[in-house]
Amino acid sequence: MATLAAEAETQQNTPDAVVVRFAGDSGDGMQLTGGQFTLSTALAGNDLATFPDFPAEIRAPQGTLFGVSAFQINFGSTAIETAGDAPDVLVAMNPAALKTNVGALKPGGLIIADSGEFNKRNLEKAKYENNPLEDGSLARWDLLAFDISALTMESVKRFGLGNKEALRCKNMWTLGLALWMFDRPREPIYDWLKGKFRKAPELAEANIAALDAGHAYGETAELSGPLKQYHVGPVKSDPGLYRTVTGADAISLGLVAGAQLANLPMFFGGYPITPASAILHNLVKMKEFGVTTFQAEDEIAAICSAIGASYAGQLGVTSSSGPGIALKGEAMGLAIMTELPLVIVNSQRGGPSTGLPTKTEQSDLYQAVYGRNGDAPMPVIAARSPADAFDVAIEACRIAVQYMTPVILLTDGYIANAAEPWQVPNPDDFTPFPVTFLTEKNAGDTLLPYKRDAKGARPWIKPGTPGLMHRIGGIEKQVDTGHLDYSPANHQAMTDARKAKIDGIANSILDQEVCLGNTGGKLAVVGWGSTYGPIHQAVRAARKKGVDVSHIHVRHIWPMPKNLGDLLRGFDKVLVPEMNTGQFKTVLRDQFLIDAKPLTKTSGQPFTIAELEAAIEAMAE
Amino acid sequence: MNEMTSITTTLKDWETDQEVRWCPGCGDYAILKAVQRTLPELGADPANTVFVSGIGCSSRFPYYVESYGFHTIHGRAPAFATGIKLANPELDIWLVTGDGDGMSIGGNHTMHMLRRNLNCQIMLFNNEIYGLTKGQYSPTSRLGTNSPTTPMGSVDRPMSPCAFALGAGARFVARGFDVSKELSGVLKAAHAHKGAAFVEIFQNCIVYNKDVFNEFAAPKGAEDRQLWLREGEPMLFAKGTQGIALDVEKLTLKVVDVVDGNWQAAGVIVHNVTNKAIAHMLVDMPFGAFPMALGVIYDDPRPSFEEVVLGQDAKAREGKVANLAKLLAQGQTWTVE
Repeated sequence: MATLAAEAETQQNTPDAVVVRFAGDSGDGMQLTGGQFTLSTALAGNDLATFPDFPAEIRAPQGTLFGVSAFQINFGSTAIETAGDAPDVLVAMNPAALKTNVGALKPGGLIIADSGEFNKRNLEKAKYENNPLEDGSLARWDLLAFDISALTMESVKRFGLGNKEALRCKNMWTLGLALWMFDRPREPIYDWLKGKFRKAPELAEANIAALDAGHAYGETAELSGPLKQYHVGPVKSDPGLYRTVTGADAISLGLVAGAQLANLPMFFGGYPITPASAILHNLVKMKEFGVTTFQAEDEIAAICSAIGASYAGQLGVTSSSGPGIALKGEAMGLAIMTELPLVIVNSQRGGPSTGLPTKTEQSDLYQAVYGRNGDAPMPVIAARSPADAFDVAIEACRIAVQYMTPVILLTDGYIANAAEPWQVPNPDDFTPFPVTFLTEKNAGDTLLPYKRDAKGARPWIKPGTPGLMHRIGGIEKQVDTGHLDYSPANHQAMTDARKAKIDGIANSILDQEVCLGNTGGKLAVVGWGSTYGPIHQAVRAARKKGVDVSHIHVRHIWPMPKNLGDLLRGFDKVLVPEMNTGQFKTVLRDQFLIDAKPLTKTSGQPFTIAELEAAIEAMAE
Repeated sequence: MNEMTSITTTLKDWETDQEVRWCPGCGDYAILKAVQRTLPELGADPANTVFVSGIGCSSRFPYYVESYGFHTIHGRAPAFATGIKLANPELDIWLVTGDGDGMSIGGNHTMHMLRRNLNCQIMLFNNEIYGLTKGQYSPTSRLGTNSPTTPMGSVDRPMSPCAFALGAGARFVARGFDVSKELSGVLKAAHAHKGAAFVEIFQNCIVYNKDVFNEFAAPKGAEDRQLWLREGEPMLFAKGTQGIALDVEKLTLKVVDVVDGNWQAAGVIVHNVTNKAIAHMLVDMPFGAFPMALGVIYDDPRPSFEEVVLGQDAKAREGKVANLAKLLAQGQTWTVE
């Protein structure tokens, strides 16, 4: 959409879509500015996608290159599926923010810079020999530099704030200017500020004053040239109620909805880790839905407590990111062996080891599908966007309780933090899957804790149920009775039964659909997870140019939809773009013996549409 | 422990049909019997009782008790117990662990369970060795222990499970040993305590660490080497001829002779289970110069973890209706016509 936007912009300044990036010091409040601009944009009826990109350090040293925090938003009057390739507008709050972000700016794009911060010290920290605002090095772009710091100070003077506090309002001044530029309402921000500073009304007033001042600056400053208003009309969406949602929000809501559909209380055991912590933060506020949360002493205790709660009859859930998931591996094996339901959310980030804690990657697919000792099959499903994460979380709960198995839900740092508009679903539209616990012996006078139903699932028996006392554990179980049994034939039978149960989940999922294009042809681009947006846009653009290409996006990573193999065999070529070194490609090759080709990226940044378009065109030749 | 309706059972009701697979003569048999004898006396309900264990010889325990049982993974039993108890606080949980399981691989979880004060009984079978893995030295093995991994003798100093428990903030700390007739009484006291009740049980591993506790556990001379602590009673041993007093100058404990039963004159301390300072001294008494402190060393209840957590949850739910449609539509919304 970004390219269309540029074309439209030059003509009438009513582009279909605009990409804006706010960049500043990690202490400048750029994520807040971006978040509030997103809200205002959603309320204006645009479709949008965002990409928060921030350093791992909470308050990196001021003015440094590694301390830059950025927030990109792509919004428009047409369907938006990515945060956009190249920004049309870059707001740079200091030299470091300019230096690290200007390279991405579209040629002819607009730079808005706070000249007050381009002093000698900050220029040195950003390793600029000369002031780029003055030396002509930014000639490729439109430049608007004014002293936002001084203008902000001026606007809040009457509140008698200290220097530091007054300067903190800078982000609101900038937001005010951005709201003017894109003709967004200020009222939602007023409401938000009043709520945020309920206990310090003078700070709310000061921030509002700064916001208004920024807005007024755009309105009144007779700046001929680059500063101009853009009018991005509302998108044509299905009628209904909308809100914005991040992936972490959607997963939290989906888990709560899933537990409700299963008619179970939910137990969430978690341990702080970026970028997964937001789910725990959300769930502590949803206790009225029968949610109990537990911040455990470590990742292992987090999953073990969740398994304990599942054993006792609640829906156990745990979440983490790659390194934490590695620690949970042994306990997953126990949940597989004892056949207890459990949902494990992995918000993937760059690895290995600590890797890139705040950057996105899809490199935990092998870990999810294969990463346990023994033959330990476990279903894996992946969310493709923040809004999709809601449905996927419900699906994870369904599989867990219907098949008595742990389930891994893969999301990533991008989905977890990014926001998009979401049509609020009606809970009545979901089919409930209420759980039935075993309350009486299931084989005449005998209890068989491992007697399987038609799906291969064993009964769920809550401790506290009279007459059904039994023992479970990690040692191999005897068929049906669940007694300890190391015998060769029994281990063979139980290994087969565990595998058959998980394979059988494929019978409960829908056939794989083609999201764009045909069910056969020259080229299929197969994705999973958060690459959905850029792949979709790239395939759409290539198809417009007449390329025979289709987009297939897989939610069920393990087991895969039953028709997927045949579907892929209907294409001459298969391209698998992934933010890893080609993990899903390997699984597809292994399962279907097809010559899937990888397109890999491990820079901690999502694919751009342009990268994918280039790869598609190269492969389609 | 748990407030529950009393059920009438016998020892037989607590036995499973599974063959017990410990080595013949293992101290675990005696502990199992003591537990199976104690449960009926507590009026415990098998359906409401859960034995949770980690990995090791001791952790096979749940398979042999006719109740609910969960044999989990190495060192993590406290975490499973926490989830079980928060999900259903009505369940009466017994946690079975060992010196390797609870103090080495699972030391972290033991510490946090104790400081949180999860309401359950913890039985730590201390045999000062890794039995199931064939005899490696453990965190409680004495200095110089010869084992397959320490052929020249172990060099790391042993830790004291009871001192660890007190340090972690346990509100109930007791000690017993496998063949002791007093063990049942100690278990009952643990069950009566609301909160985490930590019981170290010295257990004889007859294969890899035979008779290491004989110095105080052997019947012969036991009187002189066992100090059984009883609330409100003077700390006497050796048939009342010796006692434990406080050396006020050095702020340590000392052994004093008691003449003609006049323990008051000798300054013998009266056991007060809520005195944490004395509890620390009792678990640190070097054996040899002192007898082995046994029985309930410390017992001073505080509100239990699940009680406080679930109380907070109930408060958070007060006056709120679980309306999913409303939750989904939370925050700023807009309508597309």
